[in-house]
Amino acid sequence: MNNYLVELNNCGVLRNHKWLVRGVSLKVSQGEIVTLIGPNGSGKSTTAKMSLDILKPDEGTNNIKKGIRISYVPQKISIDWSLPLRAIDFVNLVKKHKTSEINDALSITGIKHLIYEDVRNLSGGEFQRLLMARAIAKEPHFLVLDEPVQGVDYPGEIALYKTIQEIVKKINCGILLISHNLHVVMSQTDYVICLNGHVCCSGAPNTVIKEPEYIKLFGKNIDPTLAFYQHDHDHEHLPDGSIDDSGRDS
Amino acid sequence: MFDDFIVRAFAAGIGLALVTGPLGCFIVWRRLSYFGDTIAHSALLGVTIAYAMNFNLIIAVFVVSCLLAISLLFLQRRTSLPDDALLGLLAHSVLAIGLVLLGILSFIRIDLMGLLFGDILSVNFTDVLFVWIGGGVVLTTLILIWRPLFAGTVNLELAKAEGLNPELATTIFTLLIASVIAISIKIVGILLITGLLIIPAAASRNLSSTPIQMAIISSIIGVCSVVIGLQTSMIWNTSTGPTILVITLGVFIITLLPLKKLLISKKKIELSDKR
Repeated sequence: MNNYLVELNNCGVLRNHKWLVRGVSLKVSQGEIVTLIGPNGSGKSTTAKMSLDILKPDEGTNNIKKGIRISYVPQKISIDWSLPLRAIDFVNLVKKHKTSEINDALSITGIKHLIYEDVRNLSGGEFQRLLMARAIAKEPHFLVLDEPVQGVDYPGEIALYKTIQEIVKKINCGILLISHNLHVVMSQTDYVICLNGHVCCSGAPNTVIKEPEYIKLFGKNIDPTLAFYQHDHDHEHLPDGSIDDSGRDS
Repeated sequence: MFDDFIVRAFAAGIGLALVTGPLGCFIVWRRLSYFGDTIAHSALLGVTIAYAMNFNLIIAVFVVSCLLAISLLFLQRRTSLPDDALLGLLAHSVLAIGLVLLGILSFIRIDLMGLLFGDILSVNFTDVLFVWIGGGVVLTTLILIWRPLFAGTVNLELAKAEGLNPELATTIFTLLIASVIAISIKIVGILLITGLLIIPAAASRNLSSTPIQMAIISSIIGVCSVVIGLQTSMIWNTSTGPTILVITLGVFIITLLPLKKLLISKKKIELSDKR
């Protein structure tokens, strides 16, 4: 049965004769968090954009369930100086909400006091929380978060991760979460995909938590929000991210 | 009432300023000021065609402007040249084509000064109708596409991902600019229309804290400038289009003064006095 919200089948994007990412397959279902990890330039954002249909894959197919509400927290937004925009206007950008709904969303991410503040006066971390609040206010079925904790201080990072879990429980949406951090992945993540121009490896993080190596590295008393996902390589990467096949049996 | 040329001038000017306000805001937000100029450059070709074929001036200019806008969208997708280079290419090649055509059709005599700077005092009743009906259509359309256009202005990918159609809105917006420039030719002329689009919006930016506020204040500033400019030009016997623009510049300079700070500090002093 096709119960997923979004599905990518062996997708790839070709730009200027170079594959930005290739052979990516993933599924996100309701109430599930799928995490993409990988270094810079590994194709995480490109994959996210295919799952949102901003980019059409040059290879493979992307399917998005019809009629679902989608929220997107992009990696980077710069607001032009010429644009007078308050936090409340930004939350209302795509869909107009009631003030009570906006207050709720801003409270969840901890910036309720900034509702009438001009967005250009917000700090990087505050703006990140605003992006998140806007995404939540829509009560989406499918939520894509592209590095949602960048620029947020460490306690804020943990709090925001907890918030993400709460959102999933509350509105039961599917989340595609992107992080460039290979070591810190949320323990509540259902599925982890490691990208580096292609899918290096993937699996459930819970199996990794019990690994003795994990305990050896982080100890037992680490905050349960953060889990360690081990990155197993069966191949070598060249500096441009392509795979060195010379060492393999052909 | 419309027998009086002054009444017609006021009606045409105010109608135009109401539309250029909000439209100009989007031009400023999207950094399209050179685009307005490019479309205005193509107006000469439209005027030449209108005279040669004995066709309505505003419609001819509108059609040429639309064709230019469409070729720009086409070139943007086909080449990797930056936008300002493409706009420069289009603006001056279309202007040159217009001048060459004007030379070939030597029987046409165009009032070049009128075309460049407009002559609001010579607008007839049909022109006023064009301004108000055309302007009404442009404003209504802008309000209808406001959400996707504005969301796409803030972030194209976000708007697209969340199910809006910012690309369609952008194309429609481009056609709206073309129509406003066509309407405005007789009023402020092709050299000055970009000013009427941008200066009220820029002045309004200094006074507003929300996008809708900026659009409305921009209209108000435009209308005030037209009214003051028309009267000033009659008193001093100066050409009307440039006078209106000078007034908008004056308003812009006034908005640069720290008016908000003055108001706020006054309030603070009052509050501290009460304590």
